Amino acid sequence: MAKTLFDKVWDAHVVTQVEGGNQVLYIDRHLIHEVTSPQAFNGLRKRGIPLLRKDRIVATADHNVPTINQHKPISEPLSAKQVKMLTDNCAEFGVELYGLGHPYQGIVHVIGPELGITRPGITMVCGDSHTSTHGAFGAVAFGIGTSQVEQVMATQCLLLTKPKSMRINVEGELAPGVSAKDIILYVISQIGTGGGTGYFVEYAGSAIRSLSMEGRMTVCNMSIEMGARGGLIAPDQTTFDYLEGREFSPKGKDWDEAVAHWKTLPSEADATFDAELHFKAADISPMVTYGTNPGMGMGVQENIPVHSDIHGDAGLAKAMKYMGLEKGQPLNQMPIDYVFIGSCTNSRIEDLRAVVNLVGDRKVADTVTAIVVPGSQQVSKQAIAEGLDQKLIAAGFEFREAGCSACLGMNEDKVPAGKYCVSTSNRTFEGRQGQGARTILASPLTAAAAAITGRVTDVRELI
Amino acid sequence: MTPFKKLTSAAVPMPIEDVDTDQIIPARFLKAVTRDGFGENLFRDWRYDKLNQPKEDFVLNNPTYSGDILIAGANFGCGSSREHAAWALGDYGFRVVVSSYFADIFRGNALNNGILPLVVSPTLLDEIFQTIEKDPTATFTVDLEAQTFKNEVTGTVTTFDIDAYKKTCLINGYDDIDYLLSQREKIDAFEAKRLDFSLR
Repeated sequence: MAKTLFDKVWDAHVVTQVEGGNQVLYIDRHLIHEVTSPQAFNGLRKRGIPLLRKDRIVATADHNVPTINQHKPISEPLSAKQVKMLTDNCAEFGVELYGLGHPYQGIVHVIGPELGITRPGITMVCGDSHTSTHGAFGAVAFGIGTSQVEQVMATQCLLLTKPKSMRINVEGELAPGVSAKDIILYVISQIGTGGGTGYFVEYAGSAIRSLSMEGRMTVCNMSIEMGARGGLIAPDQTTFDYLEGREFSPKGKDWDEAVAHWKTLPSEADATFDAELHFKAADISPMVTYGTNPGMGMGVQENIPVHSDIHGDAGLAKAMKYMGLEKGQPLNQMPIDYVFIGSCTNSRIEDLRAVVNLVGDRKVADTVTAIVVPGSQQVSKQAIAEGLDQKLIAAGFEFREAGCSACLGMNEDKVPAGKYCVSTSNRTFEGRQGQGARTILASPLTAAAAAITGRVTDVRELI
Repeated sequence: MTPFKKLTSAAVPMPIEDVDTDQIIPARFLKAVTRDGFGENLFRDWRYDKLNQPKEDFVLNNPTYSGDILIAGANFGCGSSREHAAWALGDYGFRVVVSSYFADIFRGNALNNGILPLVVSPTLLDEIFQTIEKDPTATFTVDLEAQTFKNEVTGTVTTFDIDAYKKTCLINGYDDIDYLLSQREKIDAFEAKRLDFSLR
C-alpha cells in the first residue's frame, strides 16, 4: 500500500508490536524543560535506573524564566527552585543543558530547529504539547506527559497506538497581510478545537509549500489546538536550505546521505488518508479569536457568531461572559490594553522582522503595553545584530529576553484581570495569560497593528 | 500505579465541553517538583474566587454532588500536555472520568495514573446528565474487567472499549515503563540495525 510521510517515519521507528494494537515506538530526540521533567527524574532515581541514551536528550529552561535581568538570580522562589532542579538533574544524569545564560537557551520549540537538532524523518518528543512544531521538518513530533518523559529517559521508547492520518490541503496564494498564523487559526476555526482528535495531520497544498520554514513551524505548532496528536509537512528544498550548516545538522558526506534519504520521505501520490480536508487560501483573511479556546476564531472584519454548532451555544455563552463580549458584535476597532509578541508559535526572527517592517516610523499607542519576547538567545542576538531591538524600543515596545513569557504567564509576565491582550501565542483558555486575562490570538502583523492603533485592527489598512 | 477493577459511586456532573487542562490545573500551580498535592488546586479558578473563597455555583463546591466519577462534556482534557491535570484529578479522588471523547494526551496521562477515561456515546452522556439532574445521589457501576458501565437507577448497562494492553495495566496497576524495560533486548537490536545517519 502506498505510504504517507507519516507512515514512513512512524513505521520505521516501530521496535515491536504489543497486544491490543499498541506498538513500541523508538524515539530519536527528546527535549526537556524545567516544568515537566522533575517528577520524571525523581522516578528514575526511585527505580535506580540511568538514562538509556543521554546523548539523545537536550534540556533548556524556558517556561518559568524571567524575561528581564536573566543574569540575576530568579526572584520568584518556586520558579528558582524548579530551574535549579533542572540544572541539578542534568548535572547528575549527564544531560546537555542550555540553561539561563547559555547562548543556545530559549523556548524548546525554537531552539530545536535553529540548532539543527530537529530534522526530517526522526521521531521527537517533549513534555509539552507544542512539540508538534517540529513536524514542520517532516519529523514525527508530539507532546507527552511526564510519565512518558520518564519512559523515554529510561528506554528511548514509548508504548503507543498509531494515530489515524488526516491531510489538510490549503491551495492558492495568500493575500497581502495574511500569514501562516492566519492559515492555522482559520483551519482550527473551521474544524473546532477537537476536530483533529485521534489524528496526525499532514499539511499540504500550494499555500503550505510556499511558506518559509518559520511559517511552517507556526502552522504545525498549533496542530494540538485542533486536538491533533501532531502535524507535519513534507521536507523539500526549503527545509534543506534552512537546515544546511546549522550547529548540529549533518555535515559533508553525512549531509548528502541525509538529504538523499529525506527526499524519499514525502507521501506517495496514491497514498490515502483516513480523512482529508480542503481549504482555499483566498478564503483566509487576517484572523482574530474572540473566545476561550483557539477554535473560536474569525476574520477580523467578521462579527462574533450568535450561534455555534462547533463550540455549542453553552460554550459560546460561557466564553462571551469570560471575555466580556456579546454574541454578534464585531471585534474590529475594539480598544485593547496589551500586545504580546512571542511564544513558540511566533517568536522567531521572521516574526520580529515582520513586526518591525509593519511598524516603520509609527509608535505604540499610549494606551497599550506592548512586549516583544524573542524565542531564543540566538533570535535575540540576530535581532540585535539587525538593529530590530532599537527600532522596536524606539517605537515604544519593550524588548525582552528569551522565554515562554506571557503565553502562559508562569513567570512575572502576566496580563491583568479583565484586560484585553492581542497575542501571537497559541491559547485563549480562561486564565491562560493570567487570572481573568482576556486573550485575542492573532498573527504578528495583526498584533503589531493593534499595538499601533490601540485597537483590534485589520492590518491590511496599514500596509 | 494504583490498580483499578470495579467501582460503584455517585458522580459529579460537569456538562461543559472542551474543558482544557489549564482549567483542570492552572499553570501557576505547575511549579511543584513532586506529583503530590495537586487536588487542592483542581479546577482552581472555577472553584475559588480571587479571595480564595469557594464559588457556590461550581459543582465541586455543591454538597449535593459527590463521588469518584466525573461526568464531563465532550473533548475533556484538551490543550496542554501537563500530566499535572491527571495528578490533580486523582489526588482529589476521581478514579473515572466519563465523556463522549477525550483529548489524546490527557487520555494517555489518565491511563498512566490509574484513572479510567471512559468513552460513552453522546446520547448516553446526555442520559447520564439527566439521571443525575433528577437524582444527584444516583450511582453508577464501572466494571473494567467486564468493560461495562451501569446506570444503577435505570438499570441500563452499556459496554465500553479499552485496548487490551491498557486494560491489563489498569487492572494490575502496571506502568508502561515496566513493560518497556522488559523489552530492552529488542530495543538494543533495533538501535543496532537502524540507519543512524539521521542522528549523526
